[in-house]
Amino acid sequence: MHDARSTMRRPIGLRLWLSGGWVTLLVLGAIFAPLIAPHDPLYQDLFAGRMPPVWVDGADPNFLLGTDSLGRDVLSRILYGARLALTVALVAGVLTCLIGATLGLIAGYYRGWVDMVISRLVDIWMAFPPVLFAILLIAVLGTGLTSIIIAIVVIDWTRFARVVRAEAMTQGTMDYVASAQVAGRTRFGTMLTEILPNVLPTILALLTLEMGIAVIVEAILSFVNLSISTDAPTWGGMIAEGRTSVHQAWWVLVFPLITLFLTVLSFSQLGEGLKDYFDPVLR
Amino acid sequence: MSFLDVENLTLRIVRGPRILRAVSLSVDQGEVRGLVGESGAGKSMIGKAILGTLPRAIEVVSGRIRLDGTDLQTLSARERRRQIGAQVALIPQDPLTALNPVRRVGPQITNRLVDILGWSKDNAQARALELLDEVHIPDPARVMRAYPHELSGGMRQRILIASAFAAEPKLIIADEPTTALDVTVQKQILRLIKNMQAKHNTALLFVTHDLGVVSKICQSLSVLYAGKVIEDTDTRRFFAGPGHAYSQALLHATPKYTDPDDSLTPVPQQVIDAVEAEVAEFDKGLGA
Amino acid sequence: MSDMIYEIRDLRLSFPDMAHKPLFGAAPRVEVLKGLSFDVPKGEVLGIVGGSGSGKSTLGRAMIRLLEPDSGTIRFEGTDITHAEESALRPLRRKFQMIFQDPMSSLNPRRRVAGIIAGPLRLQGVQDTQSCVLEALDMVGLPRSFARRYPHELSGGQRQRVGIARAVALRPDFILADEIVSGLDVSSQAQVLNLLEQLVKDLGLTLAFISHDLSVIRRLCSRIIVMHRGEIVENAPTVQVFDAPQADYTRELLQSIPLPDPDQVWA
Repeated sequence: MHDARSTMRRPIGLRLWLSGGWVTLLVLGAIFAPLIAPHDPLYQDLFAGRMPPVWVDGADPNFLLGTDSLGRDVLSRILYGARLALTVALVAGVLTCLIGATLGLIAGYYRGWVDMVISRLVDIWMAFPPVLFAILLIAVLGTGLTSIIIAIVVIDWTRFARVVRAEAMTQGTMDYVASAQVAGRTRFGTMLTEILPNVLPTILALLTLEMGIAVIVEAILSFVNLSISTDAPTWGGMIAEGRTSVHQAWWVLVFPLITLFLTVLSFSQLGEGLKDYFDPVLR
Repeated sequence: MSFLDVENLTLRIVRGPRILRAVSLSVDQGEVRGLVGESGAGKSMIGKAILGTLPRAIEVVSGRIRLDGTDLQTLSARERRRQIGAQVALIPQDPLTALNPVRRVGPQITNRLVDILGWSKDNAQARALELLDEVHIPDPARVMRAYPHELSGGMRQRILIASAFAAEPKLIIADEPTTALDVTVQKQILRLIKNMQAKHNTALLFVTHDLGVVSKICQSLSVLYAGKVIEDTDTRRFFAGPGHAYSQALLHATPKYTDPDDSLTPVPQQVIDAVEAEVAEFDKGLGA
Repeated sequence: MSDMIYEIRDLRLSFPDMAHKPLFGAAPRVEVLKGLSFDVPKGEVLGIVGGSGSGKSTLGRAMIRLLEPDSGTIRFEGTDITHAEESALRPLRRKFQMIFQDPMSSLNPRRRVAGIIAGPLRLQGVQDTQSCVLEALDMVGLPRSFARRYPHELSGGQRQRVGIARAVALRPDFILADEIVSGLDVSSQAQVLNLLEQLVKDLGLTLAFISHDLSVIRRLCSRIIVMHRGEIVENAPTVQVFDAPQADYTRELLQSIPLPDPDQVWA
């Protein structure tokens, strides 16, 4: 019989388009920042300080989103800031994912004492207050890009480990795993060929979520001046500076804030959207 | 007029294909009607439409559902819920997920009486105890204090039956209530449902895929294929010789250990083609 | 000796009962199989019947060593596999295969049908998997074009055929079928049972068919084991089980089956 339920199709969601579009735009902007940025992000022009964005009266058309109190172009600084933000997102996200997902997969599928060791480690790890942990780490390692990335990885791998472990455990009880065993596949082989592909959409969703988190953590660290050198354009640094002059020049605070917000939102939406899209089974 | 009257009910997936095609059926007070079909035939959807619990992705295209002569569509949403709550109850398929695992059994039976029908707590409590006794649960007072996981599947289904009959509904919809149970337990539960229904003179719409079960409990039945009623008849006539070729084929496919050679016969392809053509013809008639 | 596929003696198996685990110390164990003994001669189609919790599925999974028994012996074609290591079992695995109850969960949703059937073949070092896959599809009566589909694109009956194709592709000596028709509509049930009957005949298979429903296996099985609470209560030729059941439980089972017949007296 023709079952009407099987003809239900899932449209590629609007949110996948929107979030994917924003991230793509940002990536292009970051890569080609030297070509498309209208100004040098570090160039100060004290005579052109606190210029409003173009659509406000008294603006200079050369500075699309205005300038900060030192006369630096906000748009250019956002573009260059994207370079750091995305680098941190990509490197920290992928490393966190690799470490956490691997441990989670092994714990969830092998169970037994391996699971015991990994799970207890995760429990203990998660008992440390994360922000304190990060600040402590940076204090020991010194500021800089590598330190930020290490801090994020060290703190956040547990998130992957927990979620992936739970998912691998559910998949492990499925009969297709038993059937792989009946077919004579080794435990390790089963984990890679049967379990991993089924856990992958979850990992993917977590990865993009983690990238969003990494962007936020980086912003927070720059906000409190624990990121890279103070001159270099970072979103968090811009927000920190903009805060002090928000009554005179709101745009210095608002534009980096909007960018940060959209980026983090897009990353999380992208993950959810991709997860649905790559799932062959309607759930 | 029958207590439940469904008339020309057509449902479809929003912007998608139809899942019920002008279904009409009725259940009298005191009657047990079987609703038979294979998976995907839309038999559970009829119950959901009556109870007003259709999934969001499914919309009513046309049709009328009358409860005791009142057209449900003419009522306000709130009044409709009140009417349904007071007059209709459901015996669900899966006794495990139908009871909330973190709450004791007793309140899960009495809440409905207190919240929807405004009974006093003591009355509801007394009624629940009486009903648990009626469905042959030993030591009802103890069971009322138990959590669902402490009880067996058959026991849980008894509780759901007791809870369905608690508010003296006029109509009960039973959605495959014994599919998850062992045959020995199924027998007890079917007998229990039958006895309770007769005693309370309830109208019962019994959704099932099992013609064996139908022959034990139903007086009449509707056979569904692809959301279309292809046969509507009384049970004795049906088992003496179904009118529709598809119903016939279904009966021959049903296992019957006393006659192994005349059972488990696959439904012939030409029968499927014929009934598919019937459905297609019907769709053409509706102009889509 | 060699005309026995299985010789099973005093098989016992228990699970830890986590619901009654004390705060400290090991959980008490619940015995699921309580000393089972029986033989399966070559070419027999054996039905294993029982209610939920009777231990029938556990027995099946112990027979193909997805579970390890506590004690007793399981001999498969003369080889003691009771406590064999997974590596020692691997070469034997092509000789005993399993078809699972729920084809949705037993077929990896992320693989195409061809990949699902070819998996075991590749593991057992079969060279020309492509033609074996197509041959297996032919055997179970599925169109060859289905090789490129995903499980969720198939109907329940078709999925179960893929499960059967995967099991027969290796040309095993023994197949364990665990409740393989209980999730299917009656029309697909009939087709799958007929197919199995045909395959047993054509390939000379030995088959153990686990079911909670006595009525579906009368035509298929030559002998039936009835299980109740971890024990074998009846082990007899099919005709005898249906016409002159010895155990009370078997009688109760039979009398509980609702025949599609309003005149049946349902005592």
